[in-house]
Amino acid sequence: MGASRDLSFAEMVQEQSGEPVQRCYFCQKCTAGCPVAYAMDVKPAQLLRLIQLGEKEAVLGSSAIWLCVNCQTCGARCPNQIYLAGMYDALRQMALGEGYAPEPSVYALHRSFLDSIKMWGRVHELTMLMEYKMRLLPKPAIFFDGLVSDLMMGGGLIAKGKISFVPERVKRLKEVRRLYETNSPGTEVEP
Amino acid sequence: MSRIGVFVCHCGINIAATVDVERVARELGQDANVVFATDYKYMCSDPGQQLIKDAIAEHDLDGVVVAACSPSMHERTFRQAAGDAGVNPYRCEMANIREQCSWVHQREPEQATEKASEIVRTLVAKVQQDEELAPSYFPLTRRALVIGGGISGLEAALGIARSGYPVVLVERQDHLGGKMARLSGTYLNFEAAPGLLQRRVEQVLSHPHIEVMLQAQVTGLDGYVGNFQAWVADVSAREAGEPPAEPRRIDVGAIVVATGWDPYPLNRLPEYGGGKILDVVDGLTFEQMLQPGAEIRRPSDGRVPQEVVFVQCAGSRDPERGVSYCSKVCCMYVAKQAMLFKQRVPEGQAYVFYIDIRSAGKGYDEFVQQAMEAYDVLYLRGKVSKIFARGDRVVVWGADTLVGRPVEVEADLVVLATPMLPGSGALTLAQTLHISADGYGFYNEAHPKLRPVESLTAGVYLAGAGQGPKDIPEAVSQAGGAVAKVLQLFAQETMVQDPTVAYVVEDICSFCGVCVPACPYEARELDPLRRVATVNAALCQTCGACVVACPNKASRIHNWEPGQVLAMADLLVK
Repeated sequence: MGASRDLSFAEMVQEQSGEPVQRCYFCQKCTAGCPVAYAMDVKPAQLLRLIQLGEKEAVLGSSAIWLCVNCQTCGARCPNQIYLAGMYDALRQMALGEGYAPEPSVYALHRSFLDSIKMWGRVHELTMLMEYKMRLLPKPAIFFDGLVSDLMMGGGLIAKGKISFVPERVKRLKEVRRLYETNSPGTEVEP
Repeated sequence: MSRIGVFVCHCGINIAATVDVERVARELGQDANVVFATDYKYMCSDPGQQLIKDAIAEHDLDGVVVAACSPSMHERTFRQAAGDAGVNPYRCEMANIREQCSWVHQREPEQATEKASEIVRTLVAKVQQDEELAPSYFPLTRRALVIGGGISGLEAALGIARSGYPVVLVERQDHLGGKMARLSGTYLNFEAAPGLLQRRVEQVLSHPHIEVMLQAQVTGLDGYVGNFQAWVADVSAREAGEPPAEPRRIDVGAIVVATGWDPYPLNRLPEYGGGKILDVVDGLTFEQMLQPGAEIRRPSDGRVPQEVVFVQCAGSRDPERGVSYCSKVCCMYVAKQAMLFKQRVPEGQAYVFYIDIRSAGKGYDEFVQQAMEAYDVLYLRGKVSKIFARGDRVVVWGADTLVGRPVEVEADLVVLATPMLPGSGALTLAQTLHISADGYGFYNEAHPKLRPVESLTAGVYLAGAGQGPKDIPEAVSQAGGAVAKVLQLFAQETMVQDPTVAYVVEDICSFCGVCVPACPYEARELDPLRRVATVNAALCQTCGACVVACPNKASRIHNWEPGQVLAMADLLVK
């Protein structure tokens, strides 16, 4: 194989995710049912193939691993019982651990979500979305993309009372915060 | 005046939906020679046959015409029924109004009905002149000849011998076992092939009913089913450059052709380095490296290869090379070889290039999957375009169509899964035995679905890879089928000969000999003493070539007499 190939990569993914990636026979059923495959640079079955081929860079550097919305349709339908969602989780962790740049907007959303829970014990949409937007400030292209429509939708939600201005704190916030200590989400990376 | 009954079959809707069967029966009923005519849903059913039998008794019929499907389908059925009711079976004829009428005229029901009536009328005319005939009987030789000493031949010989009949097993090589003797282990269960085979060979050699002739070849065949005379020559003398001994005559009643296959010549795969690069070998060569006691080493420098690439369809499914067929066994043996390689060289890596995985069979797909999952064999979907040497390594250029990009693998050894070809000499043998072969040289079976172990020559049966690529279990199954056919033949007390064969009116035969080469079945001979042509009734297939060839009309066929054929034609050419 060429220099960029590392046939032990498949084994690593298998170990970390617990998913039998060698079992795939490329029926493409996962790709066919994936609601976000249209936006992925590498489709789910192709990603499995790249893992088998040991194309680590192509896998961990893909934006597809960040676009998966964890709906688990692929795993539910896979004839070989490969739960791709779990595999995607493992790949995201591996990518962060090895310093691959995540998809900025997806990463910002995940971070803001986690920060919001750490702060209040549950999600407070308004402050979470504010943080999300702030995190995207250094990336003007992404920041301004959809800013107007986001503000309009925010206004609508506030008007209907779906988003409150005042955050609510859960009763045992300390216990929630303990989760963050025992199960660290990894180092903060620069998107 | 004859007393003929006409029975028009609906064949469900096959005939009745197009042809107005009631009208056909009504019209034929008006024929002066027809005393009874009717129609029925399924004449071939038990009530249908009973209807014919009852009508024969009630109307004292002396001839029967069944208007239905083709004679090859049901002539035997209806002749049996007519015979049971007292009408000579050879005065029962079939008018084919299905294949030759309703099926091909579905859009013209009116004309189809007229045509059906005409067809039936011609058969009514024929039956009027049909003679009352009786089949003849002749004895048969209950000894079988098995050609080929591979696994199929061994199985066939054992099966027949264990049923109590003597067998002569002829093998061209100086040992038994065929190609299986060169295999390492079998797929699915990893059993050592040599041991498995050796048991069979010993059983054959020690069986009192089996005579084994090694370095022998069948060079001639006379006679016919039940009474063949085979000529077997010793080829060892010829190979030693000595004058060949006189072939030995062996009388047999049945023949099983179990010749095998040959590997595709490597040098016909130049773009894969075949025949040029030492470390590019074929599957059979790699099998020998995997045999118990042997070692996997590169032919070039004797090193143990660490990276091995297997190339499936290396010549098969390639119309460009004249091998359009799938060789069928490669997907399986490549998986086996890759796993055996990993067992012997655990640190090694095996790659398999394939276009499709064809692993149809009990446990077959699981076996291939095992290679991928348990042995980490990397399967790459794409045909290899080029193989060349780089230093002391072999570079394989292929593609991975699953991600759509080219792939290069630098390997230590490349194994090409080349096509299975029919054995050399298969065509010569086919000619000797008067059996046919397809464009590739594989023997033709009599029917691809219903007669897969018979050749088109009665009494000659097929087993093994000479008939088409197949693996060991399939070859063994086919050999078992051929054995059953031989036993069916041997179970008959005498051979029955259909009387509707050619004969010679000796008074007008002019001994010109035109009929002899005209006969495709070698049923014709000239009798120099009586100066007439003679017919071997057992070989005649009633094709009529001799009738057409004879300038004197001395050559005829029983119940296809010139008067009958002309009477039929007269009705059609009004």
